[in-house]
Amino acid sequence: MSAAHAFLQRLGERADDEPTWVAARRQAGAARFEALGFPTKRDEAWKYTDVRRIAEGEFTLADDAELDEARFAALGMPLDAHRLVFVDGVFSAALSDLTDLPDGVSIEPLTTAMRTNHEAIGGAIGRLAGVDFSPFTALNVALSEEGAVVRIGPGVVVDKPIYVVFASRANESARMSHPRVLVMAGARSQSTVVEHYAGEAGAANFTNVVSEVMLERGAIVDHYKLQEASSEDLHVASIHVEQGRDSRFTSFNLNLGGALVRTDLVTDLNAQGAETNYNGLFFVQGRQHVDNHTLVNHNAPNTFSNENYKGILNDRARGVFNGKVVVKRDSQQIEAYQNNANLLLSDRAEIDTKPELEIYADDVKCSHGATTGQLDEDAVFALRTRGIDEQMARGLLTLAFAGEVMDQVRLPGIAERVERAVAGKLPERFNLSDLVEVSDALEEA
Amino acid sequence: MASQEMEELVSREYTQGFVTDIESDTVPPGLDESTIAFISNKKGEPEWMLEWRLEAYRQWLTMTTPSWAHLDYPPIDYQAISYYSAPKKDEDRPQSLDEVDPKLLETYEKLGIPLHERAALAGVAVDAVFDSVSVTTTFKDKLAEAGVIFCSISEAIREYPELVRQYLGSVVPQGDNYFAALNSAVFTDGSFVYVPEGVECPMELSTYFRINAANTGQFERTLIVCDKRAQVSYLEGCTAPQRDENQLHAAVVELVALEDANIKYSTVQNWYPGDENGKGGIYNFVTKRGDCRGDRSKISWTQVETGSAITWKYPSCMLRGKDSVGEFYSVAVTNGRQQADTGTKMIHIGEGTRSTIISKGIAAGRSDQAYRGLVKVGPRAKNARNFTQCDSLLIGDRCGAHTFPYQEIGNNSATVEHEATTSKIGEDQLFYCKARGISEEDAVNMIVNGFCKDVFQELPMEFAVEAEALLNVTLEGAVG
Repeated sequence: MSAAHAFLQRLGERADDEPTWVAARRQAGAARFEALGFPTKRDEAWKYTDVRRIAEGEFTLADDAELDEARFAALGMPLDAHRLVFVDGVFSAALSDLTDLPDGVSIEPLTTAMRTNHEAIGGAIGRLAGVDFSPFTALNVALSEEGAVVRIGPGVVVDKPIYVVFASRANESARMSHPRVLVMAGARSQSTVVEHYAGEAGAANFTNVVSEVMLERGAIVDHYKLQEASSEDLHVASIHVEQGRDSRFTSFNLNLGGALVRTDLVTDLNAQGAETNYNGLFFVQGRQHVDNHTLVNHNAPNTFSNENYKGILNDRARGVFNGKVVVKRDSQQIEAYQNNANLLLSDRAEIDTKPELEIYADDVKCSHGATTGQLDEDAVFALRTRGIDEQMARGLLTLAFAGEVMDQVRLPGIAERVERAVAGKLPERFNLSDLVEVSDALEEA
Repeated sequence: MASQEMEELVSREYTQGFVTDIESDTVPPGLDESTIAFISNKKGEPEWMLEWRLEAYRQWLTMTTPSWAHLDYPPIDYQAISYYSAPKKDEDRPQSLDEVDPKLLETYEKLGIPLHERAALAGVAVDAVFDSVSVTTTFKDKLAEAGVIFCSISEAIREYPELVRQYLGSVVPQGDNYFAALNSAVFTDGSFVYVPEGVECPMELSTYFRINAANTGQFERTLIVCDKRAQVSYLEGCTAPQRDENQLHAAVVELVALEDANIKYSTVQNWYPGDENGKGGIYNFVTKRGDCRGDRSKISWTQVETGSAITWKYPSCMLRGKDSVGEFYSVAVTNGRQQADTGTKMIHIGEGTRSTIISKGIAAGRSDQAYRGLVKVGPRAKNARNFTQCDSLLIGDRCGAHTFPYQEIGNNSATVEHEATTSKIGEDQLFYCKARGISEEDAVNMIVNGFCKDVFQELPMEFAVEAEALLNVTLEGAVG
């Protein structure tokens, strides 16, 4: 029995009273997944990422969302937000907080949305992320049950961030979940969506999430993906974005946890004036493996993209960055910038980076750059002349390296949490106990 | 610029297109073990060489054409190609330029490269490969005096079998890739250079490859070995007559640099790119690789690629020796319907290895070009250093320029930088030139030549001049 087939066995365990079209879509996903199988290193898109740990794993679907408040508090962020919580993929009404939603905003778990309004949701879901994108999206289509559906009416400025938590428990046996996230941002609306993947120590589950974000004319969406799962968790995600005229999408892909994390981020800039910004930060250690694949399709003239991904790698961690910008024929007056910088803290860490440009129009300004190296010795020296010892100087500079991305973060709660996490992950030799104080002192001075 | 004038420029024919009628000794099209035996026999090769070829052929049979390149071309029928063609009367080949067939000399005249004049003026020894067999070699004595061996690969196989056996296939093994395997099986000629220990080659070596007889693929094999503390600069230049059927060219170049050796390999490639519909151009699938085997050795590739319908070429460096250096300087110009997928690989294995990659791509018309490169730093390559810059210039809105740079860094003491830009010729730059009475076409040529300056200055003097002229010819009519 193939690995793909073993996964699809789970299909029969669920899905009873679904509308026929949902069942049909599931079958299509299953058929596609079975045909594709799990990707191997022979697939260009998976050249550096080995998914055998997923393919050979045994995962079951969770049935309950039991997680007491104390355990949840240890995982989630105390954000003042509209909150949706999923535990191993199952919706937890108890932990969610959807009271006082502003007019014109609807935030629901997928099952509820499908029950009450499946015509409106059904057409949108899967429109950007079909079964052909990757074997994992096909698998998701086959097995997905739950997820978050966010709909924002025209002109609505959502008062608080929309905070979606995917908690991964330390279960006796490994679980898997295939959640969907759907964000439909109406014309001129403004919102912030946070996808937070958090896990208990020892959790070894597999999450395979597909997100779709649709921005109508003039919409503004800030999207955060914060990955803080345990060092055993397996995580595959794809985020698909479609932008209308004059819309603005800003992505923060902040990756700290997980044993194996793969994120695909794809944006289609379909009309003039659309702008997309990708900010990424990953800090991996131990034997963590993180793979970020980003793609921007400039399908219309006068569109803009800007990407900045930074990676810090320690121990035997491995990082992969593949950023691609495609400028379609006749998409003139394009500006596209892409940058990837990596800092290797150990001599056994490895980074594989490939910033690609594919350009079919001439009136464009496109550039990309990728650097890999160590801390600037001159900068270390400059700090030492100011009386800061070497270890601390290195710690500060590493934080500053991450800071270039973190400075763009507009939610203070997240910025602080990630900065602390980064500082907490720095090697012992960086003498951290005093780092924060010194940093504060420098800031005041 | 008036559109009519543009049309005229665009439709200008390949000025170097002509066919010299020399009777060829050609085998019928087709490839099997007997073809290979025929070639080997014709060349008077020893038994081991035939075995080596057959081994390559058997590997080739199990392989499939690579499809990863950003290229689009109809499948090649390898049975429709004739694998051997040599000027007639093999045994009484001309010994000096005076004896060379005047028609051949005429060919060179048309190309604007009068061989005798050039050889004399520039002090360059020319091993001219004309349809797969060395026609003439000059300055042999001077080279012999220095102890440098410079001859055709066939001659080397006969005269210096130990050297060839030691190094042939040691950089590009028979089964390295589809085209290298094909080449290993059927190569008919090419050059062999051996520079002994401590010798600085007294002159620049150059070979002019010409493709002439219809339907003959060219399968050159070049092997350059530079012993300890030796130095050599090798120039390779190509132009080809115009014709309608696609010609396949699958060359293999192997460079070996031992301790403190220095090899500089420069190429100007101007094969027929096909007509305005892309018909009839040369298919150029080349494997070029240099092995910096010794400590402190250096290999430098410089290429100016203006011709061919399809270019598939990645001159690479294996930086094995401690503190060895690899360089790659490239200008690729595509116009019409040309497609180029080119770049380099720098494999850092030894400590303190350094590499530089400068790639300039210019796409015009309906052409497509891609830079594809790999910088790999192994765990033992302490303090390895790479700098990569690849810039693309787009002229016109129907062309494409792409960059696919791979970086695989497995060492924290390595510093690797890559930057790339894509843009078009600035309106303000053009306006500035035109305001000073420079025609639009001249202005574009000036700007493009400036864009390529970093690479041109790496070329030997006379090559740089030729390269600039070539660039202007290739871009004729691309202004708009």
